[in-house]
Amino acid sequence: MTAVYDRVKGLLTEKFGVPEDDIKPEATFEDLDLDSLDLVEFAMATEEELGVGITDEEAEDLETLQDTVKLLESKGATV
Amino acid sequence: MSAATSSGQTAGSGQRTVPVAVTGLGLVTPAGIGVEASWEGVCAGKSAAATDPALEGIEVDFSCRIPNLDVAELLGRKAARRLDRFTQLGVIAAREAVADSGLDPETWDGARVGVVIGCGMGGAETWEAQHKRMLEHGPKRVSPMLIPMLVPNMVAGQLAMEFGARGPNLVTATACASGTTAIGVARDLLRSGACDVVLTGGAEAGLTPLSIAGFAQMHALSTRREDPERASRPFDVDRDGFVAAEAAGVLVIERVEDAAARRATVRAHLAGYGASADAHHITAPDPEGSGATLAMRTALDDAGLEPREVDHVNAHGTSTPLNDVAEAKGIRQVVGDHAAVTSTKGVTGHSLGAAGAIEAAFSVLTIQRGRIPPTANLDSQDPEIDLDIVAKEPRDGRVDVVMSNSFGFGGQNAVLVMTAA
Repeated sequence: MTAVYDRVKGLLTEKFGVPEDDIKPEATFEDLDLDSLDLVEFAMATEEELGVGITDEEAEDLETLQDTVKLLESKGATV
Repeated sequence: MSAATSSGQTAGSGQRTVPVAVTGLGLVTPAGIGVEASWEGVCAGKSAAATDPALEGIEVDFSCRIPNLDVAELLGRKAARRLDRFTQLGVIAAREAVADSGLDPETWDGARVGVVIGCGMGGAETWEAQHKRMLEHGPKRVSPMLIPMLVPNMVAGQLAMEFGARGPNLVTATACASGTTAIGVARDLLRSGACDVVLTGGAEAGLTPLSIAGFAQMHALSTRREDPERASRPFDVDRDGFVAAEAAGVLVIERVEDAAARRATVRAHLAGYGASADAHHITAPDPEGSGATLAMRTALDDAGLEPREVDHVNAHGTSTPLNDVAEAKGIRQVVGDHAAVTSTKGVTGHSLGAAGAIEAAFSVLTIQRGRIPPTANLDSQDPEIDLDIVAKEPRDGRVDVVMSNSFGFGGQNAVLVMTAA
């Protein structure tokens, strides 16, 4: 997986307390027990840590972690 | 004596009262984590106050915190992140109380289970942290968890989720009387038939720089920063204010007949509740204590007990110059001078909205174990306080009737009377 994926994985375990074993590319936010409020916080965290945020419209189309990482990379996220 | 009186008449109403039993207790206090540790701590009579690194730079830089509490370990990282500390404490105490009651949330009829918790401040830590964030990084960095974490009713809502308790669910706010008010309101939900079981008590965690600075500016807090362990000294002539604390206490209550039907262990009866308002001043107690005495009398009438039957008073006893004298006068007027009086706040400090709940739990334990915890730091009793205060060492002996007092800023007074089962 990419460096951005690893960084997102780190965010989820450290800031959101998601168990590391649950984090897989195909995992949905629901699988990770993250609700819509968590997603808003997650978007704030990506903006702070990766310099790229996620808009509410973009968030609606995200299903899996892989989608999320792709979106962040397409918006120029670097580690 | 309690057995003959606990099923008496409600004063004035002519309606038979419904006796209510305490069947579960849960505590997380500066005296210890869990009922047994907290009880041992208050009976040891050693103050939990200590210098508090979170309050560095504030005039009053000490408090009574719960020692060695690992919330993430107890509740998991998600709850640790998404719940303000007052709610976390409420959940920890409630889990112990429900387990102690022997009731099974997997099988109970959740629609008949209520939750009434007292809280004076709500999520003070969250407010302050997010306000700082907004000032530093702008409004777009404010957490979406701000509101759900800070609203004071979230502790009751969280307990509903935790235990599938779908009955009436609310938080009471009467400042330092909130926990006692909650238990009184909860008792009434059993009497009215609205609920079969209620989880009730109080939760507070407001040891933040802003709130402590606020209390300090009121001159409500002790400023004995060079000697915090001796700062909370209810009824002592050298008292100079209260020491702020964090805590939660939860009681499981149900009708005595329901508890008997399921052969539950009844720890004590909740026999009387009285509430009143001073209608006097925003923070100062009525110097004549008429609001406090009204609540004490109402609670005794409600329990169908005579003042001489009160064995012990677990006083509000905050260690402020004004409260302790006014309360002592009130106790003398209503109860007389025969009852042994204590303030467990010498050990625990003053946990505001949780105080009445943890003291109700201590009152239950006092009855069950025939042991009155001492008032810590009472070296020299204020000559204006002409009562039998239990000092230094616990006092052992049979206790059948306990009155537990709580008085809040705003002039709200709430009093419970507990009796032996």
